[in-house]
Amino acid sequence: MTTTAVEVRDLTVAYKDKPVLWSVDMQAPSGALMAIVGPNGAGKTTLIKAILGLVRPLAGQALIYGKPYSKQRHLVAYVPQRSSVDWDFPTSVLDVVMMGRYGALGWLKRPGSAERRAALDALDKVGMVDFAERQIGQLSGGQQQRVFLARALVQNAEVYLMDEPFQGVDATTERAIVRLLQELRSQGKTVLVVHHDLQTVPEYFDWVMMLNVRRIACGPVSEVFTEQSLRATYGGKIAFLNGDGVGEIQDGYRTALSQPVL
Amino acid sequence: MDIGQLFHNLFFDYTLRTVALGAALLGVVSGALGAFAVLRRQSLLGDAISHAALPGIVIAFLLTRSREPVVFLLGALAAGWAATLSIAAITRTTRIKDDSALGLVLSIFFGFGLMLLTFAQKLSDARQAGLDKFLFGQAATLLQSDVVAMAAVGALALGTTLLFWKEFKLLTFDADYAASLGYPVRTLDVLLTTLLVVAIVIGLQTVGVVLMSAMLVAPAAAARQWTNRLETMVGLSGLFGALAGVSGALISSAMEKTPTGPVIVLCISALVLVSLLFAPARGIVWRWLRNLRNRRRVRTAHLRP
Repeated sequence: MTTTAVEVRDLTVAYKDKPVLWSVDMQAPSGALMAIVGPNGAGKTTLIKAILGLVRPLAGQALIYGKPYSKQRHLVAYVPQRSSVDWDFPTSVLDVVMMGRYGALGWLKRPGSAERRAALDALDKVGMVDFAERQIGQLSGGQQQRVFLARALVQNAEVYLMDEPFQGVDATTERAIVRLLQELRSQGKTVLVVHHDLQTVPEYFDWVMMLNVRRIACGPVSEVFTEQSLRATYGGKIAFLNGDGVGEIQDGYRTALSQPVL
Repeated sequence: MDIGQLFHNLFFDYTLRTVALGAALLGVVSGALGAFAVLRRQSLLGDAISHAALPGIVIAFLLTRSREPVVFLLGALAAGWAATLSIAAITRTTRIKDDSALGLVLSIFFGFGLMLLTFAQKLSDARQAGLDKFLFGQAATLLQSDVVAMAAVGALALGTTLLFWKEFKLLTFDADYAASLGYPVRTLDVLLTTLLVVAIVIGLQTVGVVLMSAMLVAPAAAARQWTNRLETMVGLSGLFGALAGVSGALISSAMEKTPTGPVIVLCISALVLVSLLFAPARGIVWRWLRNLRNRRRVRTAHLRP
């Protein structure tokens, strides 16, 4: 039995009076590469933010290796949604990546040559080292995403929480991200990824959390990523064609289930 | 008055020297902190805070009957703070969005301030206190001691900004990420907003509550045009603010009966206009010329097979 890297117990979160997460449980074993899937408004981003302590839950808790997040910060790196910041902010790619060291640096200390080296290293891993001095507003969407990933990489964490890193990126970036995820897994890191493209879940991930306000299923992809649980997650909004057919989710996301569902 | 005489006065005439120095100080502080406000999309917050300062000034006078600018400015500080807290409280507890909350707080505080001002003007000693001068500012009322106080408070505000540079930068760019790293973003937010209130209060006596927000937004907007680095932007923004302050002081002293505050605001507006049009990478004129050249190139490429 492996240890649990991220554990969520009975988590309930509400915005104003509307519940966004209802009594959610989740376990991600150490070393898992886990997709978090569910329709729009299912609470995927909220789940990530609750684990990070960015939203206050009504009930329940999230633990990183058995302890609250506030005690385990140094073990966790966060990749927010790309659209959550203003990319016209006057700063360079290198500067943004160095922000990943700010937590380890602590108050008042300025980033120096060690931080610079770490940032360039991380940029190299995502294939962006040539862009180090660029203003971040001059990057394409995929390049911006890779900068955010590099910023998380310099944190040198054990657990990575990524909010829609595949959202609106080009094919090059998608391949780069997948390569990176696999590299992280081979190093024994735990990675949780909010994901939209159901088709690629079996190909990219080994664990999956299926969420729609409540937890629908959570476990190895081969066991829980079934037609039954997909129906339960997406309600009547998903259409299946058996075999290699194309399914459609009516809220606008096209998806194809390339593998026959069990 | 010729230019040489003007510059002679800048250094040797007590009033002009004091006013120019005060205007330069307010320009540096509001420019530098305004840059953060603009990047955090808080330009309107600056406007609300400066308008909200009016009732604070009048109440401070009514309570103390003092004519000391320091007393007025403490009142302004308290009211500016109260306005900021009210806006935060409204957005957190009701369904009102922040732009509406800003509008509400601005008009309620300013309206209340005007009402108090009308009432206070009827008191015999209030007319001499020059409360109404805070509407549009009157630089000529600046004394050397005021400038010294402005310099001390301004240095403190700028020093704090430099000290927490890394933290403020992270907060401004990506507050959620800052929180995930363990930085207390609420506290940092309150600190940076307090510095903004301080910057506003420093300028009130010279520029007035109505126009003060221009001194926060305009230098930053101009500076953003010239650079892609936060360090340079904040520095340039302060420099532009100071430049506008000194030129405004000079121009209004050269022309009779010209109020200093509005002239300073006109100066910084001219700087904004020049920056919007002619800054190298982002300037409208260059962009237009580049488009023209590209279009011509494409057209000639089409002609040649």
